[in-house]
Amino acid sequence: MSRYRCPGCDYVYDEAQGDEHEGYPPGTPFDQLPDDFTCPDCSVREKSDFEPLPD
Amino acid sequence: MITYTLDHPERGHIEYRDRKRYLWLSSLFMPLFPLLGVLLYFGTGSQWALAVPLVFSYLIIPCLDYLLGSDENNPPEEIVPQLEADRYYRVLTWITVPMHFIVLIAIAWFVGTQPLTAWSVLALAITAGSYSGLGINTAHELGHKKPAFERWLARVVLAVPAYGHFCVEHNRGHHKDVATPEDPASSRMGENIYQFALREIPGAFRRGWEVERERLARQGRSVWSLHNEVLQSYALSAVLQGALIFAFGWIMLPFLLIHNVWAWFQLTSANYIEHYGLLRLKDSNGRYERCQPHHSWNANYIFSNIVLFHLERHSDHHANPTRRYQSLRNFDDIPELPNGYYGMYLLAYVPWLWFRVMDPRVLALPHIHGNLNRVNIDPAHRDRILARYGAGGVTA
Repeated sequence: MSRYRCPGCDYVYDEAQGDEHEGYPPGTPFDQLPDDFTCPDCSVREKSDFEPLPD
Repeated sequence: MITYTLDHPERGHIEYRDRKRYLWLSSLFMPLFPLLGVLLYFGTGSQWALAVPLVFSYLIIPCLDYLLGSDENNPPEEIVPQLEADRYYRVLTWITVPMHFIVLIAIAWFVGTQPLTAWSVLALAITAGSYSGLGINTAHELGHKKPAFERWLARVVLAVPAYGHFCVEHNRGHHKDVATPEDPASSRMGENIYQFALREIPGAFRRGWEVERERLARQGRSVWSLHNEVLQSYALSAVLQGALIFAFGWIMLPFLLIHNVWAWFQLTSANYIEHYGLLRLKDSNGRYERCQPHHSWNANYIFSNIVLFHLERHSDHHANPTRRYQSLRNFDDIPELPNGYYGMYLLAYVPWLWFRVMDPRVLALPHIHGNLNRVNIDPAHRDRILARYGAGGVTA
């Protein structure tokens, strides 16, 4: 399970936790988020902008 | 006054005092302006007094912006985390939320209990609507923040102007599509504010509803769920405005209708002037470039910024939407409006004057430099604009 960070606002998508408010249950891999996924907090950065965080 | 300090490894000792710290308190006194007309009415007995708040908003504020001028002060970037953590600033936005309820209820009470002419009711509905439009601004500040409590407060305050879809539509729609022809909340060159309103108001509603429907669908829920955040806010609007009709009678129907529409039109006005004509270009993959500082119009006038929680520092807001109002920065060399928002609203309401002032400003921007391919042009007016400004017509 990895974590990915929005470089704009520091929102972190943690695969272990998912993002239930956005409708991504715990355990949803980052790869399986839709291609048009934008940062749920700032909407400025897109999926391809997210940076993997070291474990 | 609080001094923020930091010993920075490279820049040494940094000190910062926020000179606007106590000016932000004015958001707590702003409700006095819409209520001022009512107070003056009781003092003088003249219904003309009810026009005073409108004169203040649309004539006095633009004059104060002109006279008090601009404020170019920025907090040092290193100090921003301390400034953001200072709870004083956020508490002001929280207290502003009940103020919006108090003003609407107080003016509704006045309309429902006093013998007034139709003109007075109209002036009061517009006054209350202007202030509830500021409620959308309060919701804007709160709805962009990460804590769930502040997002909840945003939905609560949106119940006052009955605009519950705003936060969803704005955060997830407008911020993604800003300064593109696809965005119903970005105005196009040649489009007047009334045409824009007819595109923006229904377009924003549809987009907000659709974004929320998709989110709930991912959760496996129907759009008609209690978890629908748009419906939560609408439900509170129904309770509030239903209670006002019950308490003060049928006069509330036209009053609330005008109030709501005027509040929405305040947001329309802000959206109209914030990105007029500005366009993000597409890269070779057909993707829009990321929103840059030159994709928003800014105004740095101290008075209207204090009233609007720094909304007019709009470029930094679009670059960093979760940044709190007290930390938003002014930049050099970004699109600047010639007056604060209230003055620009007034200009926008007279379309020929707006085009005359703003179209040359759009074309003179350094990144556009007269190149109409870099302008978001209304297709309905493209031929006219090309005929007027095309073929290298205007360069600064």
